[in-house]
Amino acid sequence: MIEVRGLRLRYGGVAALDGVDLALRAGEFVALLGASGSGKTTLLRSLAGLEFPEAGQVLVEGRDMAAVPARERRVGFVFQNYALFRHMTVFENIAFGLRIKPRRVRPGRAEIARRVEELLALVRLSGMGGRYPDQLSGGQRQRVALARALAIEPRVLLLDEPFGALDAKVRKELRHWLRGLHDRLGLTSLFVTHDQDEALELADRVAVMRDGRVVQFDTPEALLAAPADAGVAGFLGDAVPVDCVVREGRAWFEGLPPVAVEGVAEGKAVAFLRPADLLAESGDGGARVVAARQDGRGVRLTVEVGAMLLEATPAPGWVPRRGEACRITVLAARVFPA
Amino acid sequence: MRRPTEEAPWLRWVLCLAAVGVAVLFLVLPLVAVFAEAFRRGWGPVAKSLSDPDALAAVRLTLLVAAIAVPVNLVGGVAAAWAIAKFDFPGRRLLMVLIELPFSVSPVISGLVYVLVFGAQGWLGPWLEERGVQVVFALPGIVLATIFVTFPFVARTLIPLMQDQGRTEEEAAATLGAGGWRMFLHVTLPNIRWALLSGVLLCNARAMGEFGAVSVVSGHVRGETNTMPLHVEILYNEYQFVAAFAVAGLLALLALVTLAAKAMLERAG
Repeated sequence: MIEVRGLRLRYGGVAALDGVDLALRAGEFVALLGASGSGKTTLLRSLAGLEFPEAGQVLVEGRDMAAVPARERRVGFVFQNYALFRHMTVFENIAFGLRIKPRRVRPGRAEIARRVEELLALVRLSGMGGRYPDQLSGGQRQRVALARALAIEPRVLLLDEPFGALDAKVRKELRHWLRGLHDRLGLTSLFVTHDQDEALELADRVAVMRDGRVVQFDTPEALLAAPADAGVAGFLGDAVPVDCVVREGRAWFEGLPPVAVEGVAEGKAVAFLRPADLLAESGDGGARVVAARQDGRGVRLTVEVGAMLLEATPAPGWVPRRGEACRITVLAARVFPA
Repeated sequence: MRRPTEEAPWLRWVLCLAAVGVAVLFLVLPLVAVFAEAFRRGWGPVAKSLSDPDALAAVRLTLLVAAIAVPVNLVGGVAAAWAIAKFDFPGRRLLMVLIELPFSVSPVISGLVYVLVFGAQGWLGPWLEERGVQVVFALPGIVLATIFVTFPFVARTLIPLMQDQGRTEEEAAATLGAGGWRMFLHVTLPNIRWALLSGVLLCNARAMGEFGAVSVVSGHVRGETNTMPLHVEILYNEYQFVAAFAVAGLLALLALVTLAAKAMLERAG
């Protein structure tokens, strides 16, 4: 559907894209996840024809896009700050892509009006067509930007930090709505985010970017279960790196019981431990509860093991109290040679 | 309660009075003087000096020069501002410096440059003369000098605004299928229209009032190559004070109308 091969781009001598390979299937909802400066926005802009890579290919439906200017790519782009036309009403913003079509393919006035109304309804902004962008809330602007991008019936929808500028509640709401819309319209979408929760929760597949490269591209489950390297493991799932030594098929920690590992060379290593990997039980086991707080997702437990502070999951039925002694079992760990 | 950034009341008064005083003394008073001198002997002499054929010719020439120079600078200024604000290219900073050149160079030198290039002893003068084209001491020279001197107004008004607005709206237009011209017409131009009008009006005011550069290239042929400012000078030097101030008053009036239009536009925008 859309494919990127060996894409390279430098800004002032610094590699923004350093050989990116990525292939999207039709109908997929893919997240580009990475820290700021990892090249994800640059990649997105390259797909839209807003940046010009020095090497590599962008293929859309098998066709090389190198000589195709942005205006002919039919790529829907939702900008981070929405980039709505500030002097146009919501209606005119959405109609723009239809009104500027060459005369012979341009829909008639009534048809354009019908399509815009349809899109307004789709993004739940019916009746707001006469407003100007500065009369809308952030979430509403975002949906106008989306409707405007959808008006040209894009082959692929690209979204740059689509929820970045919204407050937490609106963001949550909007992301489920967007995912629903994607499924309903049968879109192929690629969105940039630095928020791993967003990526893991929404996307069919997540491309993790680092230093201008896609370091791993897989389903959220696979990413969490088998991170490609220590960097990805550390980036995902609130993992804490803990030094260990691998010997006889097990990782040995200081102060924690060993855990079985597979396929890791013997010697010094780093284990990435997530809260769900550590089970804390009542009893004297060399660990101590430092803090226990209830939040929306359950009890978050912080335990002290030697000099380390780790997040753990309390055993069912146990109500931990601060200062209480406890015993830790390591259920699983992703271990990489140090 | 006084805010931390606020000065004592007496100091504010003193500052305000100083500002108003300076404005009255240096801006309002001369303007009043121009009109007072012109009307010293009533309407009659004023009407007579303005209906003088040479004066009418000067008014016509001034309007003609402005009518050519302003559209040229409108197009050139928009193109320069668009290029500087929306694109990165080698020589961008140099272009920015060049745009300010007419502000920093004395207008007399700007005029002299055209004499050197197009004059009878100049680089292109003889070649042009053979073909019957006269630039210096004729309309083309006056227009060129005026264009040069007033070039920065449109570009300088637009560049900060366009840089501030960024490129994302244009990028959005491009992804929606707009080519360069449509992008400019439907997205860029509406976003800069008020600033553009204000720049054009300033440019116009200056184009009508330019003295130095035009003086050098005009040749001061009465009824032919005299613009209003040059005509004022000639009249003044001939001790025709009422006539001089009458023409000066008209010129000032044109400038005031332009400024008023600009102020109104800014309020509307």
